[in-house]
Amino acid sequence: MNYSLICLRSIVRKEITRIFRIWVQTLVPPVITITLYFLIFGDLIGSQLRNIEGYSYMAFIAPGLIMMAIITNSYTNTVSSFFSAKFQRNIEELLVSPAPTWVIILGYVSGGMTRGLMVGILVSLVSLIFVTLPVHNLFFILLFAILTSFTFSLAGMLNAIFAKKFDDVTIIPTFVITPLTYLGGVFYSLSLLPDFWQTVSKINPIVYMVNGFRFGFLGISSINVWVGAGMLGIFSITLFSINWWLLWKGIGTRT
Amino acid sequence: MTTLKIEDLHKTYKGGFEALKGVNLEVDEGDFFGLLGPNGAGKTTIIGIITSLVTKTSGRVEVFGIDIDRDFPAAKRMLGVVPQEFNFSQFEKVIDIVIQQAGYYGLKREEALSRAEIYLKRLSLWDKRDNQARQLSGGMKRRLMIARGLIHEPKLLILDEPTAGVDVELRRGMWEFLEELSAEGRTIILTTHYLEEAEQLCNKIGIINGGRIIASSSTRDLLHKLNHEVLLFESREPLPEIPALGGIPFVRLHDTRVEFNKPKELSLNEIFSHFSANAVIIDSMRNKSNRLEELFLEMVKH
Repeated sequence: MNYSLICLRSIVRKEITRIFRIWVQTLVPPVITITLYFLIFGDLIGSQLRNIEGYSYMAFIAPGLIMMAIITNSYTNTVSSFFSAKFQRNIEELLVSPAPTWVIILGYVSGGMTRGLMVGILVSLVSLIFVTLPVHNLFFILLFAILTSFTFSLAGMLNAIFAKKFDDVTIIPTFVITPLTYLGGVFYSLSLLPDFWQTVSKINPIVYMVNGFRFGFLGISSINVWVGAGMLGIFSITLFSINWWLLWKGIGTRT
Repeated sequence: MTTLKIEDLHKTYKGGFEALKGVNLEVDEGDFFGLLGPNGAGKTTIIGIITSLVTKTSGRVEVFGIDIDRDFPAAKRMLGVVPQEFNFSQFEKVIDIVIQQAGYYGLKREEALSRAEIYLKRLSLWDKRDNQARQLSGGMKRRLMIARGLIHEPKLLILDEPTAGVDVELRRGMWEFLEELSAEGRTIILTTHYLEEAEQLCNKIGIINGGRIIASSSTRDLLHKLNHEVLLFESREPLPEIPALGGIPFVRLHDTRVEFNKPKELSLNEIFSHFSANAVIIDSMRNKSNRLEELFLEMVKH
């Protein structure tokens, strides 16, 4: 078997083992959190609201909540795993080996994607308790789930490369990702906003992800979904390149 | 063949600290090379550069003729490293730590498992294979790092203070293991604070101080440079007053113990003849400190 593939498989196996070893931290909390969202916003409050673009409020927010879980968990997994490897210095096991830089990145990102998509599937199953979600276009559901998870896993890695202390791994999720997700159209349709705020919202990349994913389920969209897919492609290539350059130069990992 | 060749190696850390000031070093295949130096002399920086954890400022490093600037991955395949500090995940199982490392070097899982069994058994860790690393004792953790460093069977093994903080029995056991590895033909570079360890194990020694190699030769040649050694003589009965020999006094430390600063030119036979001539009965003799330690202190002072 090809050397890089064996190496990649070793990192992926290590990452997946980690996710399952600490499943109470990695898999259970996001499912509980999103279930509470479904219960409070979807069931209790949502039942009092009128339909949005022909769908119940619960059906409208379900894809957004699933996407929120994918984003948060993909990011959190990579940032915490890579940073703790730096902190415990076991990243040196990889750095002293001949492992190519792209393999190290893909290995950690695969871990982030595994957790992100696994939580996404679990949350989707939970959503079925509250609402029957139609599937308008499976291709777009998978495309946006995979690309978003890939992008945010890469973003988590970037955060971990620069992080020097535990505080540094919580700043971006708290002050950037969470606000952008809440303002990314998870709980409302962009078409409900005045023109000015609609334009402002389009600066937020998460809007495109939520919109494209929701299009896959419901077939409704405020923006061209291909534009969203293209943007995600550009984000992921850019983030991969930045991570590769930083690791190759040893910034944040070597002295 | 030259296993490791270092030429004019410089390293200046951010903040301006110059850790290496033009290091030149050669280690031949099959050598058991001891790299000695006081704290902060640059030993760990050299190892860091060879293993890619530290980026050099300038200079050249070749591992088995492979320039690390040209093909670092190929050079890394030849290298195994056992760092000074524990650098494995404390929450992973012993067997997983070793097998993952094998995977990073491209070993298939089946092969990795069979090698892991060999090395974990040799290092008496096989029974602990399913334990989390944090459950191991300090000595076991050190042995785990050695097993991990050997799993891809490197031609050059670098050990940075492998016996630091381990008890005497374990240290002796580790020496035996390292001697076995050396006898198998593997080149070993060892940094240590225990100069007795270096004297016993290493056939060649390099001394680094202030970022420069101040001596590098065979252990025997290096010890020949020692101008004097301090000897302790003991008797069961109280010793009489012993006259000086060649102008050098016998310093009384205790009723039954004297110390003598033996110059290189004076033989032990001459000392014992002196004792016999003065009716002094000696029951035991030993070096006050390790000979290499005396040389090391002599060289580092200047």
